[in-house]
Amino acid sequence: MRDALVAQLPGLRRYARTLCGDATRADDLVQDCIARALERDHLWQGGNLRAWLFTILHNLHMNAVRAGRARPVHDALVEAAQSAAPADQHERLAAREVLARLADLPDDQRAALMLVAVEGLSYEEVAAVQGVPVGTVMSRLSRARARLRADSGEPPGLRRVK
Amino acid sequence: MTDPLQPLSPADRAVDAELQALFGPIADEPLPERLVRATRRPPRRRVAWAAAAAIAIFLAGGTLGWLAHDHVRETGGDGTALADLARGAAMAHRVFAVEVRHPVEVAASDESHLVTWLSRRLGTAVRPPPLSDLGYHLVGGRLLPGESGPAAQFMYENASGERLTLYATTAAGTSETAFRFLQDGDTAVFYWLDRDVAYALIGTTDRARLLPVAQKVYERLDR
Repeated sequence: MRDALVAQLPGLRRYARTLCGDATRADDLVQDCIARALERDHLWQGGNLRAWLFTILHNLHMNAVRAGRARPVHDALVEAAQSAAPADQHERLAAREVLARLADLPDDQRAALMLVAVEGLSYEEVAAVQGVPVGTVMSRLSRARARLRADSGEPPGLRRVK
Repeated sequence: MTDPLQPLSPADRAVDAELQALFGPIADEPLPERLVRATRRPPRRRVAWAAAAAIAIFLAGGTLGWLAHDHVRETGGDGTALADLARGAAMAHRVFAVEVRHPVEVAASDESHLVTWLSRRLGTAVRPPPLSDLGYHLVGGRLLPGESGPAAQFMYENASGERLTLYATTAAGTSETAFRFLQDGDTAVFYWLDRDVAYALIGTTDRARLLPVAQKVYERLDR
């Protein structure tokens, strides 16, 4: 189990970074996640370790959000992407727009998209992490991608009007 | 709605590729040692569980004079003072073991000066034993304020950057004791008295991993 946990650390850190922004807080979240997993490994029936760990991480983060301890989404994303920011000016502007659109997404849609596009989780795994049917995951992904597409025409920040 | 059986449109693939480019490299960063360590360490007992265990032991009419809590507490006057010392040594370890730029005041390259200086300040000979056969080399040492006077902290480090500190201070009117152990969060401490000096060996680890090192230190300090 230990080696399998270590193998999941890079992805967990990355996902946590997009939730928390700050690297130290993201690593704190991952560390809490690992501690929780080890506390409960007797409850783990085998099966999909990755989906289980992302579920724990997701729930811990949601607890922090409810307790008001989470940072604003946009700040977290900008900070997380900074280490990977492209040097080219034009690309940087494009990246900024993507980040703004991403930040504007509802949390569930953004999380589903990050888990699939960046972490490579399957629809079934995301459904397990988010605790919803696979169909819901698919519709979240579809809406998220539509809003992020460069040709979507809408400038970011104007679609909060409901 | 996305059909999982249909390939993504080029525009959707571009979205995914953009996100991968922005966030992908985070996973290539070297893993922090604390996270790798977190996967190896058995989880700390939860406080609620420990409290329940303490009550259970008490109700069972146990004759044990300790409570199951995060700390193994000492009983009796002398033992309490020594446990306070061990907690102070653990705190000093937590403060300096994470220090990157200034972990020690005097580096091991100047070991003879380090030993002379700290021995003079403590008023008794203290010398860090070699632990290279266990993979730990001496980084150096520093002078600290102890519970009842000056204290010395020697720091060791192994190839993977794990640090141990050996804490020494004078203890008046003492006798020798066996090893005592204290786990304070993720910090493990073995401490003992040897003639007029109280020693503590501290590591960010658990009892099982620290014990063999503590035994070597104990043997090698026994002049």
